[in-house]
Amino acid sequence: MATPAHAEPADHPAESSAAYGEMSFGKWILSWIMTSDHKRIGILYGLSALCFFVMGGIEALIIRTQLAQPGQHIVDAATYNALFTMHGTTMIFLGVMPFSAAFFNYMVPLQIGARDVIFPRLNAFSYWLFLCGGIVLNLPFLITPFVDMRVIPDGGWFGYATLTEKAYTPGASIDFWICGLQILGIASMAAGFNFIVTIFNLRAPGMTMLRMPVFTWMTLVVQFLVVLAFPCITIALVLLLFDRLFGTHFYMPEGGGDPLLWQHLFWLFGHPEVYILILPAMGIVSEVLPTFSRKPLFGAPFVIFSGITIGLLGFGVWSHHMFTTGLGAAADASFSVSTMLIAIPTGVKIFNWLATIWGGQLRLTTAMLFSLGFVCMFTMGGLSGIMHASPPVDLQQQDSYFVVAHFHYVLFGGAVFGLLSGIYYWFPKMSGKFLSESWGRWIFGVLFVGFNTTFFPMHIVGAAGMPRRIYTYDAGLGWEIPNMIETVGAFIIAFGVLLFIIDLVRSIRRKELVASANPWDASSLEWLCDSPPKVHNFDITPMVYSERPVWDKNHGPGPGYSLPDSHEHIHIPPPSIWPLLLALSVAWFLASWLMAGQWFEFGVCSAITAAICGFTSCFRWFLEPGH
Amino acid sequence: MRIPRSPLASRAASAGRSIAAVLPWLGLALLTGCNESTMSTFEGHSDLTKSILDIYGTITWIDTALFILVQGVLIVAVIKFRATGKETELPEQVHGNLPMEIGWTIAPVLILMMIAIPTVSLIFDSQAQAKDGALIVNATGKQWWFQFGFPQYNFETANELHIPLGRQVDIRLQSDNVIHAFWAPQIAAKRDMIPGRVNHITFTADKIGEYLGQCAEYCQDSHALMKFRIEVESSEDFEKWAKAQATPQADTVDDSEGYKAFQGATCVACHAIDGTNAQGHIGPSLTHVGSRKRFAASVLEMNEANLKLWLKDPSAVKPGCKMPNLKLTDEQINTIVPFLQSLK
Repeated sequence: MATPAHAEPADHPAESSAAYGEMSFGKWILSWIMTSDHKRIGILYGLSALCFFVMGGIEALIIRTQLAQPGQHIVDAATYNALFTMHGTTMIFLGVMPFSAAFFNYMVPLQIGARDVIFPRLNAFSYWLFLCGGIVLNLPFLITPFVDMRVIPDGGWFGYATLTEKAYTPGASIDFWICGLQILGIASMAAGFNFIVTIFNLRAPGMTMLRMPVFTWMTLVVQFLVVLAFPCITIALVLLLFDRLFGTHFYMPEGGGDPLLWQHLFWLFGHPEVYILILPAMGIVSEVLPTFSRKPLFGAPFVIFSGITIGLLGFGVWSHHMFTTGLGAAADASFSVSTMLIAIPTGVKIFNWLATIWGGQLRLTTAMLFSLGFVCMFTMGGLSGIMHASPPVDLQQQDSYFVVAHFHYVLFGGAVFGLLSGIYYWFPKMSGKFLSESWGRWIFGVLFVGFNTTFFPMHIVGAAGMPRRIYTYDAGLGWEIPNMIETVGAFIIAFGVLLFIIDLVRSIRRKELVASANPWDASSLEWLCDSPPKVHNFDITPMVYSERPVWDKNHGPGPGYSLPDSHEHIHIPPPSIWPLLLALSVAWFLASWLMAGQWFEFGVCSAITAAICGFTSCFRWFLEPGH
Repeated sequence: MRIPRSPLASRAASAGRSIAAVLPWLGLALLTGCNESTMSTFEGHSDLTKSILDIYGTITWIDTALFILVQGVLIVAVIKFRATGKETELPEQVHGNLPMEIGWTIAPVLILMMIAIPTVSLIFDSQAQAKDGALIVNATGKQWWFQFGFPQYNFETANELHIPLGRQVDIRLQSDNVIHAFWAPQIAAKRDMIPGRVNHITFTADKIGEYLGQCAEYCQDSHALMKFRIEVESSEDFEKWAKAQATPQADTVDDSEGYKAFQGATCVACHAIDGTNAQGHIGPSLTHVGSRKRFAASVLEMNEANLKLWLKDPSAVKPGCKMPNLKLTDEQINTIVPFLQSLK
């Protein structure tokens, strides 16, 4: 819709926050389903991720309850194996990744001074497809009582061949896993391209690459990782699907295949994936620490360049997940050295964060506490990572609880703490309200204590020889006490998460909007918009003069930004139903292959129908006016 | 190729130092009672595991120092620079400092060299080919037990690996199903057993004793119950054991009541007993099974009660077990159990 400059977009009732009150409930729901507003899609990502995060957390609690004491039988072996598979898959693909996506969606256009992402409907398509993928992955929990085969994915989140082959896992469990991951892969790829193009093309005038906020920079690096890494797992999964459906032998040595092919393809995706999970949190921390220290980020270009280096090196270290597979001394040595190299840019980041807070005026808000917690816990994870970067040491630590401790320090103490910091930091911007600071401090405290109680003893029990993924263990190996402590810790974490959710709901339900545009006295462009931002974000696209436009405007020395007196058109993408329908068709098409595994003709017919629906949606989407 | 004194062995000599080096971890371990554990990675009883401990120790000290540095700066900064709310001026707006950036880029490089150099040299040492005269063991991962073949002595056993003190051992790791991992922390460390490949672990044990091992690669239902034991014994004891294991069972076994019940219950389809016509190769060989201390992938102690429990319903002990419940009558079980125990 092209409207004259400064026009209130009231002629978009479905999209205008002012009009929500007058809408019927049905129309309100429909306005969310058809939305192509990056802010609403961001909120949808965030809420879905929170739901999946809670599911993954419940799985973890069952796992911890089972392991509280030796020889327990809360769940049987098969159920336990399904639980740890789903816990890993859920937390990575449905918890941390979409939580990061929530911030990409909401914040990146605001940070670069844009009105939306460059392809708003593609953005909606990504979200709906992600949701379909999450549902397909979790559907087996609902259907398992009605079928007499294994349907809940149980091959581990890493799904090593040959275990995932039909010969060793006959049921439909691996098919559901393949299908769910393929759907999620398409969603991530679409979002990846969308954000790369957005960041390159929609920056406000004057915002050069090096004036971009670090969070946007890290988003950019992550999207490159996504579009380069996801094809590897897509191919790996297609080959596995062919092995399972059509009897090919890509991973079966009997037919000339090689199970290590899977591991190479998987980790060539899987290691960059680690950085896909952690870099957004690093970006958030690089925003929060300077804001609450009232200083600029120390060595910002170095922090950015370190992020890029981590991303690049991330593609050259995958075989450190395979030090025990016998690749040979030369391969072990080179992958060991490349892995150690990653410690250098990571160290640079940590030192720059420390230098940022050094000499500042630290306001210890909840957001700041979580960011400081991130630096503290992520350092732990990094240091234990250096241990198993040495292949001989890895021969003792790989697949033991030591590794479980290591990556939870990186992904929970790191990524999740960073994301929580982001929630506390940006919640006023997104809602116009604050989360309770007094609750926030308690929540941080409970989570920090619970986290360390759960995961620190895993270092000890791992070094005492406890392997991963075992549903039971014997007494007398010195594993009982640490396991009991870990279980207690897991429930402390659950309590912290419960407090957080209560406070979140409480805060959202509050009516009055109290947050000013820039409550934290921060520096980047999102703090120029209202809290919450108008549908069109900025009345006038700002002209940017520095890397801290809003700060410089308030505190000098430079002008920071200016609002040129131009008569630009405000373009807001109209709502559309086709992204949702296309997403459903794509998910249906891929799910048809699931059915084909059990009932071939039906599956093929279903796939053809889905393809027809998909093409129809594509055409309608294409023909729909974008203005 | 013969090396008079391998660098591995000389490094093993300095292992005392390395054990001192992991003291911080060990202290934590003692707190939780890990010292009883014979799965503990803090103790090494072969040249391989001792040289791993060496590097482990070096990294632990470096890590501890870096940990104290980073957390120390963080804590001091939070205490020292906490806002009072009374500030009238902004803090100095420092944007960066090039010499500092260069400094903390180069310092990690130097620190990492301290880890990388011994690491790379141990990688090449520990993966060198076994010497002539090394004891060869073909270890095959099954769902869910370990098969150990001794080609130089021409016999096969399961879940119980005897090796001689002071003689190099070359374990050849294989699998004919899914991927497993052979992990005996104090003796052999870990390598994967991958279908279609042969991996090697070579080491020389230096202390007599019984050591635990367990599968470390997720391999479905009974992964948690896939264990084995390594008995390190003197050369004489080992030779005696190997000779006994390689001898077929006495001819008289064929005619015993127990064997007939064994045959009648179709056990022969999957199990072999050398010296009889039971030659199944799906399950573990039962030749001299009575001489083993444990059975069912080292999960159960070898005694009458446990054997009965196992034969009654194997899946009740090991979920998903490939050995079917043969619905044996009590009478059959009572005949077969003493027969199995008699296979010394």
